[in-house]
Amino acid sequence: MKQDKLVIGGHTFDSRFILGSGKYSVDLIKAAIENAGAQMITLALRRTNTKDAANIMDYIPEGITLLPNTSGARNAEEAVRIARLAREVGCGDFVKIEVIHDSKYLLPDNYETIKATEILAKEGFIVMPYMYPDLNAARDLVNAGAASIMPLGSPIGSNKGICTKDFIQILIDEIDLPIIVDAGIGKPSQACEAMEMGAAAVMANTAIATAGDIPAMAEAFKKAIEAGRSAYLAGLGRVIDKGASASSPLTGFLQD
Amino acid sequence: MSERIDEHTDPMQYTDDMEAIDSDLMEKVIAEMESFDPDQYTEKDVRAALDGDTCSVEDFKALLSPAAMPFLEEIAQKAQMETRKHFGNSVMIFTPLYIANYCENYCIYCGFNCHNKIKRAKLTAEEIEREMKTISDSGLEEILILTGESPKMSDVGYIGEACKIARKYFKVVGLEVYPMDSKDYAYLHECGADFVTVFQETYNSEKYKTLHLGGRKRIFPYRFNAQERAIMGGIRGVGFAALLGLDDFRKDALATGMHAYLLQRKYPHAEIAFSCPRLRPIINNDKINPKDVHEPQLLQIICAYRIFMPFASITISSRECARFRDNIVQIAATKISAGVNVGIGGHTGEEKGDEQFEIDDGRTVDEIYHMIQKNGMQPVMTDYIYV
Repeated sequence: MKQDKLVIGGHTFDSRFILGSGKYSVDLIKAAIENAGAQMITLALRRTNTKDAANIMDYIPEGITLLPNTSGARNAEEAVRIARLAREVGCGDFVKIEVIHDSKYLLPDNYETIKATEILAKEGFIVMPYMYPDLNAARDLVNAGAASIMPLGSPIGSNKGICTKDFIQILIDEIDLPIIVDAGIGKPSQACEAMEMGAAAVMANTAIATAGDIPAMAEAFKKAIEAGRSAYLAGLGRVIDKGASASSPLTGFLQD
Repeated sequence: MSERIDEHTDPMQYTDDMEAIDSDLMEKVIAEMESFDPDQYTEKDVRAALDGDTCSVEDFKALLSPAAMPFLEEIAQKAQMETRKHFGNSVMIFTPLYIANYCENYCIYCGFNCHNKIKRAKLTAEEIEREMKTISDSGLEEILILTGESPKMSDVGYIGEACKIARKYFKVVGLEVYPMDSKDYAYLHECGADFVTVFQETYNSEKYKTLHLGGRKRIFPYRFNAQERAIMGGIRGVGFAALLGLDDFRKDALATGMHAYLLQRKYPHAEIAFSCPRLRPIINNDKINPKDVHEPQLLQIICAYRIFMPFASITISSRECARFRDNIVQIAATKISAGVNVGIGGHTGEEKGDEQFEIDDGRTVDEIYHMIQKNGMQPVMTDYIYV
């Protein structure tokens, strides 16, 4: 059987679950990674301490790919600066671009994100931009050198699931890069839904961070993502959702 | 040379040396506050506010009304849900550092006021560095620099030097100093500060002028527009507060929320913070108290801020007791001070100058850190990057 791997910027991953590291205790990170089977974990540079106490970097096991994000950037220029800083402190070449200048909804600015992606891709970063699911912007990101596209399901932290489903489906259908659904996924069933749609991976943070048992929820997500992926690969059977029925075909007269 | 401002000065007129910006926020906030009658809201309005997916201005008013008091448990639960959605389990820790207590204002409720006979002092650069190093050794990454309001004794250059020293020891530098012009905020931003908090004290200008009898603080609109000038100067985040207990606390809380709400609509990138101070006893007047703002009312206000602006940072002051603070950070507040000393130079030895008010919760950084952990929350030292 053909092996099912996720490839981002030439790097291969078995896991399709990108784990967020914000919003929960650092001493739970290791357990969360293990139970999630995650190979990639995001890291907000703004959350890294300069002092010794509880520095998040010390809690991430070896062999896990760090995905530093540019959280805190309000425009392309700031995102570029934060990305370079992340590389300087040893976070590697991956970077998740987040450009947000709306403190209320935290919606990404696609225009500035494209600009930052272009600059950083030229500098050799493996750029994974967080974006509002717009096909034109996604195509521009491809042309700017993005390694994947990370459309939001619903506003960050809202746990509302995939409110942008139809638009993410368009990206999945039209864009050749991995589409990774990011933000808004509140429970495993929603992660599963994204994978059934054909998303390449799912990223989740708040849903796990605020669960009663963080490692257990990480594992639940892992299973849901695997189930969704298997369903996608198997080819979903016919799901009647518009009331059509084959029992009285309209085209039967052609045989008459 | 600035004009002398005393109780005969019109508090609604800028003086010549104050930057007057083109803004209609103050008129809008005052109009909203004046039309707000807390007693007209009913149980039905509160129910609607609790059941809604979003919180309108009318919902916010209902949540602040006396009719909401019987719903306090439900309000707290909704506030907690919003806090979790936006902040997860995080609670930020910081400490204030008072570097000077000279003040030119005469505010009758404040321990620093220019007529109160207290020991005045200001820290030298070396002393600031020593204090900051000591604070930094406790593990903190965020500092809030405060002064009394004396542009003469603590000028912008002096505050700027303090910011530069702070940048060496901390990732996050906030300011709670006198209001200034946007060019001054721009300079302090260059020096490393990125957050500015200004307490309006009360939004009722008639009451305001009876409490602020002298000094630049008497000029109500200059103080009101400080946050907007700070944003214009490139500051990332701004904090708002009414000193609860000075006037009708429900109206003041409404105005505080509206001030923040309208500013964020005008400057969508601005990060918003609330403080919720109540009146405290001061040196030479231990009778000052928060009047009708008891703990349930304070909880109501904090939760109403949270539900109205779920993304805003809310700080809980060491004015409040440990029990209240420990609980409120699990419900709606997202930032708590620790290792607090409100005198001048108290972190490394003898205080050179007296404090602004009496604190209630004197726990160390370590104690606060462990309290947060013990309650299943995540203490966070920094969530910010200077760019």
